[in-house]
Amino acid sequence: MIGTMPARALRLPIDRTGGRISKKKTVGPARCHTADARFRRQTQCTDRTKPRLRVRTFGRLGIGTVLALAWLMPAVRTSAVAAESGATRASARTVATVAAGEPLAGGQAEREATSMAAPEASAQNGTADTSASARAKLVRVLMLRDYNTRVVLLGTLCLGVTAGVVGTFTLLRKRALVGDVVSHAALPGIAAAFLAMEWLAPGSGKSLPALLAGALAAGLLAMALVIGLHRLAPIKDDAALAIVLSVFFGCGVALFTVVQTLPTGNQAGLQGFIFGKTASMVAADVMLIMQVALVVLVVCGLLFKELAVLCFDEGFAAAQGWPTTGLDVVLMTLVAVVTVIGLQSVGLLLVVALLIIPPAAARFWADRLGAMTLVAALLGGASTVGGATLSAVFPRLAAGAVIVLTATCFFLISLFASPRRGLVRRAVQRARLAAEIDRQHLLRALYECVESERTAASGTAADKAPEARVSVEQLLAKRTWKTRHLMRLLRRAERRGLLVFENARHVRLTETGWQAARRVARNHRLWELYLIQHAAMATARVDRYADLIEHVLEPEILAELEKQLATHYPDLQRVPPSPHALDMANANDPLADNRAKSDTGQRPRNT
Amino acid sequence: MHDTAESSNEGFDASQYPLVVRDLTVAYQRKPVLWEVDYTAPQGSLIAIVGPNGAGKSTLLKAILDLIPRLSGEVLIFGKPYRKQRARVGYVPQRESVDWDFPVSALDVVAMGLYRQIGWCRPVTRRYRAQALEALRHVGLAELAQRQISQLSGGQQQRVFLARALVQNADLYLMDEPFASVDAATEQAIVDVLRELRSRGKTALVVHHDLGSVTDYFDQVVLLNMRVVAAGPTSEVFTPENIRATYGGKLALLDEVGESMRLGRG
Repeated sequence: MIGTMPARALRLPIDRTGGRISKKKTVGPARCHTADARFRRQTQCTDRTKPRLRVRTFGRLGIGTVLALAWLMPAVRTSAVAAESGATRASARTVATVAAGEPLAGGQAEREATSMAAPEASAQNGTADTSASARAKLVRVLMLRDYNTRVVLLGTLCLGVTAGVVGTFTLLRKRALVGDVVSHAALPGIAAAFLAMEWLAPGSGKSLPALLAGALAAGLLAMALVIGLHRLAPIKDDAALAIVLSVFFGCGVALFTVVQTLPTGNQAGLQGFIFGKTASMVAADVMLIMQVALVVLVVCGLLFKELAVLCFDEGFAAAQGWPTTGLDVVLMTLVAVVTVIGLQSVGLLLVVALLIIPPAAARFWADRLGAMTLVAALLGGASTVGGATLSAVFPRLAAGAVIVLTATCFFLISLFASPRRGLVRRAVQRARLAAEIDRQHLLRALYECVESERTAASGTAADKAPEARVSVEQLLAKRTWKTRHLMRLLRRAERRGLLVFENARHVRLTETGWQAARRVARNHRLWELYLIQHAAMATARVDRYADLIEHVLEPEILAELEKQLATHYPDLQRVPPSPHALDMANANDPLADNRAKSDTGQRPRNT
Repeated sequence: MHDTAESSNEGFDASQYPLVVRDLTVAYQRKPVLWEVDYTAPQGSLIAIVGPNGAGKSTLLKAILDLIPRLSGEVLIFGKPYRKQRARVGYVPQRESVDWDFPVSALDVVAMGLYRQIGWCRPVTRRYRAQALEALRHVGLAELAQRQISQLSGGQQQRVFLARALVQNADLYLMDEPFASVDAATEQAIVDVLRELRSRGKTALVVHHDLGSVTDYFDQVVLLNMRVVAAGPTSEVFTPENIRATYGGKLALLDEVGESMRLGRG
């Protein structure tokens, strides 16, 4: 539908007009034209105040965030004053949106309302709105031309940053599900607050502060019930959480049916709180959200070290005399508050995602608490702003869901691509280790082949670089490797310059290869000797255990090993003779050889 | 010598002793774990708490630290309840009690020992970080200070915990199995620290598993199995008979009483 009208949209001078008026109208935000720029500026602010990401500087980080928010606040206030007519219109729009009823029609109404919010657009409402192309819309959103967009993005940005910070502690305290309970409990709180307000003063039900207070109270009550159930009744933690969550949500649904029967109830737009409806935000809401976010961030900054010790080691914290229960209550209150400021943008069902997903993603990038908090705040802010932008461009997508999906994208990127803990990195490491182990097996097999030939020929162990060549058949008898696998290993070793192919079935070790093979064989035998002497292990079994360990031998351990064995084997600079029979010795019984080797060779290759 | 508290009712001055435990009884979910424990720790000694699994060794430490509720009894640290003497007690919990994947460095963990000193809402300043680093140097980990704690070996993690207690500069140390599954270097480092503490007149109460090293490391021993079987200087108390009494014959009757209490009321 949108795609069919770009031509007309381009003809219309929306951008030009919008740009001019917007510049004149907004003094504050004109300094930063895009959501991105504003976002960057805020992070730069925090970065400047916090050059090193350490726990001790988090106080400064908190202050930095506060300063950044304080800088943003007058921007909203200026635009709020400058466009007071816009605000009135926006609230009128909210009612219109809700009155429209079904979600699909609601999306349409929002779209209309969005353009109405900008006075210049409303002048050309008839043609401009219906013909706006997605691209034009994206430009409008990114350039923050619409007053409404600015309001919504600022509100969601506050939510994302705050949720990231609070969520970090919730995640580390392993209280993700408690956060879920607290946010679900907001539903009956909102409904009850609405009913109470209607009862006290009919018509005043949809006062946001009252609804938020109700949500907060219900969240705290739910948390108290969880703790109470767990302490007083023989009920396990998870059951207590599930019970409280479902009971509160059930109560909420029941109360909502009551709300619907009231004459004003249907238009109250409370439904928007369940899944979130960013478009219903007005400047006054954003002011409230910003103030609340400010308080939350200040509390987190001040209690940073107390919450850190609580999350890391509760027992120690309690022994030190920190009020652990009190701190837990503070943390859960913060969760409830974040839920409350997230009601309008992501809704109470999904707010827990914002609390948990950005911090979980942040953990992939940071291994200090301060840094993790910062990254979580950034990812949270990016998710909400990104999601809100997308849902402004495509109004049919519910804002809450888009925001959560954006956060999920960040999480998936972190999960796979993180340079320290990401899955890709791990897979690469595992593959490298496997290749290294394979190569070591090959080298040792080659060494043993050469060694047994030498011993047979001259009666002395092999120390010098060999001229002898080794056939593929000899190697095949050493381990249970398939011919194709062995050939691949040989070719890989050839590329590394460890050996050369004499012909299709014979290889010869180069000087480098020979040295490497000696080293590998020596490590293996040192371990075998150590196991026999110090672990009193049977000679027949050491090969297998040494096989498991030799690949992870670090230089320090090797040195220690040499020290311990020095008294018994003074000639350690050479490769000690194998303490057990080598495979070539009993190669005349290939079945037995395969049986014996099947558990020595196969297992470590897969590790 | 100082076997029990009541042996010297007249003129007994609890403030002379780092730790006095009187009639301590503790129960988990109505199942008693410690029965009427009486113990007075002499100052300036290294004391091992020895006993079989489930004897209540960790529970004793936790009860002293007010981490779990007591059914009855009294604990005095230098003559006063623990909550007034927190600064004088250093606690080393079991290594398994925390998640070592937590995003902090070794230095951060050690600094936690100073958090009370730093006080509410104040940041960890350079001075405190230097103090924490000094404690880490004490246990031989100064060069690993900035490492994230999951990158440390088990023994190193244990030493970080020890450093966190040391940095408090307490007078009484309670350690829960510091020697459990540590490497030889760590064991030696811990023993060195303990001896140095003793030489400075500090007292350490250490839950210990390895009966073989008790006589080498500790000068006092408490043999514990739900109650104090015997306590006193290692040379007098750590005898085969006492050890057998502690480890052999679980207290069948006491177990039964506990079980019936649990079933009868639970």
